[in-house]
Amino acid sequence: MSEAEHAKSNVLYGMVIDLDKCTGCTACSVACQAENNISFLADDSNKVRSITWMEIYWLQNGKEYPDYQFTYLPRPCMHCNSPHHSPCTFVCPVNATRRDETNGIVSHIYPRCIGCRYCMVACPYHARKFNWYDPSWPQTMETMLSPEVSTRMRGVVEKCTFCHHRLLAARARAYLDGTELNTVTYTPACAEACPTKAIAFGNLKDANSDVAKLSKDQRAFRILEKLKTEPKVYYLSKHQWVHKLGDKGLSA
Amino acid sequence: MKEENKSASGKGVMGGIIFFAGFILALIIGWVVFPNLLYSQKPQPMNFNHVAHQDSSCEDCHAFRADGTYAGIPKVEKCKECHESPMGSTEDERKLVEEYIQKDTEIPWRIYSWQPDNVYFSHAPHKAKKVECKECHGIMGSEKTLPAYKDNRITGYSKETMKMIVCEECHAERGVNNECELCHK
Repeated sequence: MSEAEHAKSNVLYGMVIDLDKCTGCTACSVACQAENNISFLADDSNKVRSITWMEIYWLQNGKEYPDYQFTYLPRPCMHCNSPHHSPCTFVCPVNATRRDETNGIVSHIYPRCIGCRYCMVACPYHARKFNWYDPSWPQTMETMLSPEVSTRMRGVVEKCTFCHHRLLAARARAYLDGTELNTVTYTPACAEACPTKAIAFGNLKDANSDVAKLSKDQRAFRILEKLKTEPKVYYLSKHQWVHKLGDKGLSA
Repeated sequence: MKEENKSASGKGVMGGIIFFAGFILALIIGWVVFPNLLYSQKPQPMNFNHVAHQDSSCEDCHAFRADGTYAGIPKVEKCKECHESPMGSTEDERKLVEEYIQKDTEIPWRIYSWQPDNVYFSHAPHKAKKVECKECHGIMGSEKTLPAYKDNRITGYSKETMKMIVCEECHAERGVNNECELCHK
């Protein structure tokens, strides 16, 4: 990959998650698990080795009642937009993970991955998970796997793809209908499943899109913004302590 | 000293001949024996004569679905529209009618261009960009018999399965995005 700035493109997919609307129901996480054929472990209570692309964090302000407050924070891959490279694409020795210059999505190609896990170390968001075991599902679930997403083998890293297969399907439809490709939008499984509509998804470069407007909202912040990784996942919260926790350990 | 030289050059000629013979043998193994060993030929359930179906257009059987996906080889339902009972007297048609249409089971065709699980391919963009069917599939309209299906003994994929380099080359030549995730899922 060249060291030049990102190529100019009219499409930049991003996500805005409204923490004030999130109830922590984990429907997004479950929908993601089903949509993307994420496998089960024999012991899924082992959170060091279990796999999820949409982790739900529980944050609290650490104060005593009546000032006590808490919030949930769903965390997909941030699809970092930093110039030249995302942290993960920079360290990958085999080009298995790359940022698509046309839409900003950071992809990961499993058969190319050698499982060195540099990207997991480089990712400041812990968005990447490693397949420690052969993938397995309860027998009845094997027939329900989605053919749109390939399953991963033992020894490779995986992460959220912004439901890239849904983009491809939407683009195929647009080709047949003759729709302008730059206007193609789609909804990832997590946003679709969210009962409170806390997750918005769309084109950040399109000034009229929900995500473009929300990302400029006063409540908007990004996690670990000071690292200059330029995440494309924005969060909304009216609480300053949540904004502060978003930069935890990096306070100026 | 002189004698040593002589024997050395004699050895050199002999060595050259052995090397050359070995080289030819390696070429034969590499170009002829191994490729034949690698692929096993598997029969299709029956023959399909594209020429005999010239009265219908390609799209009559190989159509797009409303959601933009490509239907590929038609279901037996489609065959039934004309072949409810035999129209001709060929053995293949008798097989079609008796074994598949009357029993209402799908024909287990072997698909020449079946792609691996981690590959996404949509016909829609290629059709929209006016890539002709024959550029990848050959001129099927004039085929009286189906081509031999060759199965790779190691990978289990057909010999006709398009290799990534072919996709990449064509995309590069036409200036299309060649990002991994465009074709991998």
